[in-house]
Amino acid sequence: MTKTTAPLLEVRNISKFFGSVISLKDVSTVVRAGQVTCVLGDNGAGKSTFIKALAGVHEPDEGELLMDGAPLKLDSPRDALDRGIATVYQDLAMIPLMAIWRNFFLGSEPTKGWGPLRRFDVEKAKKITRSEMGDMGIDIRDPDQPVGTLSGGERQSVAIARAVHFGARLLILDEPTSALGVKQAGVVLRYIAQARDRGLGVIFITHNPHHAYPIGNRFLVLKRGRSLGDFAKSEISREELTRLMAGGAELEDLAHELHEGGVEEAAAELESEARELGV
Amino acid sequence: MTTTVVQPPADERVATTGRLRRLLIRPEIGALFGAIVVLVFFSILSDTFRSADGVANWLDPASTLGIMAVAVGLLMIGGEFDLSAGVQTGTAALTVAILSTKYHVNVWLAILIALGLALAIGYFNGIVVTRTKLPSFIITLGTFLGLQGINLGLTKALTGTVLVSGLANEGGFTSAHFLFASSVKFGSHLFHVSIVWWILLTIAASYLLLRSRFGNWIFASGGDDLAARNVGVPADRTKIQLFMGVSVAAWLVGTIGVLRFNGVQASQGIGQELIYIVAAVIGGCLLTGGYGSVVGASLGALIFGMVSQGIVYVHWDNNWFKLFLGVMLLIAVLANTYLRRYAERSRR
Repeated sequence: MTKTTAPLLEVRNISKFFGSVISLKDVSTVVRAGQVTCVLGDNGAGKSTFIKALAGVHEPDEGELLMDGAPLKLDSPRDALDRGIATVYQDLAMIPLMAIWRNFFLGSEPTKGWGPLRRFDVEKAKKITRSEMGDMGIDIRDPDQPVGTLSGGERQSVAIARAVHFGARLLILDEPTSALGVKQAGVVLRYIAQARDRGLGVIFITHNPHHAYPIGNRFLVLKRGRSLGDFAKSEISREELTRLMAGGAELEDLAHELHEGGVEEAAAELESEARELGV
Repeated sequence: MTTTVVQPPADERVATTGRLRRLLIRPEIGALFGAIVVLVFFSILSDTFRSADGVANWLDPASTLGIMAVAVGLLMIGGEFDLSAGVQTGTAALTVAILSTKYHVNVWLAILIALGLALAIGYFNGIVVTRTKLPSFIITLGTFLGLQGINLGLTKALTGTVLVSGLANEGGFTSAHFLFASSVKFGSHLFHVSIVWWILLTIAASYLLLRSRFGNWIFASGGDDLAARNVGVPADRTKIQLFMGVSVAAWLVGTIGVLRFNGVQASQGIGQELIYIVAAVIGGCLLTGGYGSVVGASLGALIFGMVSQGIVYVHWDNNWFKLFLGVMLLIAVLANTYLRRYAERSRR
């Protein structure tokens, strides 16, 4: 993709206030088709507000969104979905007791027949579920399996496959790896790469720079609602990203806390780590 | 978006989910097993029970109970309860009886008015539960007590008695009686037409639950209504419609009763609501919603019908019936929980 084409989504200086609280101030980034933009930040950095502004839940108070170069105004989550912006939330919006194929098409069930004979096309639903999951490289044993019996990573993959199937062009993933073990997180990162390779733009929200760096093309770092920078991969190294994220100041604060609590060896370790990061 | 469907090659791991396991995870399996045990048990002990007239006799209470259990089961899968389901059968029957005997309204028109009233009550239950987000247990307990008072108080105030009867002389009775309360000859034996209503309703409701978009929404609304809403399922509307479904079932049962017995007691239906719930639970409906079966609820009702009549045929004291209900309920809940855990564990 050349720099001259308009990016899939451009975020220009958006801000969001809730009463006197500044949740987001002057945040900008771009997402291109076939690329991954990572949004990093600690708890309370404004990541959730950022997602909700892109997902149509909140309208930004300042700044603008551009999709394919044209100004974009989202009225509702449904509106965002209709324009191809799909958000996979942390809680996944899936029903554990229901079969995978029932969950996959929940709310958008394919039908056949008409009038009073219009019915849920069960065969089609099962087939598509299998093949869509297969395209993502996941072999589901049995589409009748309840979602509750899948592992965390598999559940994420169902949610991602669902978003892809329903025509998402931009996929927003809210902390998809945060509750997972190392192996499962790796599996999810692979699905993100799959989605990217299929030409989707991906916004990957995380607080873990080690998950973000290998897969990201761009990195937006948020802190207390403000942008600490929006970098292309060539502009920042993994170490710099880690330092920005878990900034040296925080590590020293943490070390201080541990000193007070009398946990000396841990505090000493954190201090040396902070020095290594170059602070 | 259309997709070319590539059939993935058969997966060798599918074999681990064998036939038996597939069968065991069906929610209605416990009720089916229970029904067979009860059927065999009473058939051995009593000739009358296994005769054609005996069958007609125990299918009758099973049918009206089954109509209610099907609707209550759907509502439970949708995650809600309706404690006013029993008393609503009385409300419908009394409406038909009072309108036709005291005000000489054509029986058919009285039945239609009762249907309108039933829909209104169901809508009220549904809208209050979904708007307030309070437990349906409490809301419908209120409706239950309120309707109980209205049934008794208004009937007494209007007719001066608590037994309204004498519909048979009113216009439209004969045709209405034919549709709702006649008997069908099967060989030389008479079967109540309510059995036909029950079977048709079970088939229709099961199809609705398993093979329609609305059915998918029922499971989702009961399983996790917030998640359902996030993907665009109208969970509130689904629940309101389920409450209205229970009310329509109560209207049907009330109408069948008032036409068959040519009258109704003002206390009709009180106390039945728990039996509907027990039948649905025996049928595999989870108390927490999101899981269950219409066919199972119907089988639960069948068990009730067989036991209530079977106990009479083998000359036992009728009081043991309640003990049986309690034991049956506990076994059903334990079996459902265990089987579901077993199924889910073995599928990992």
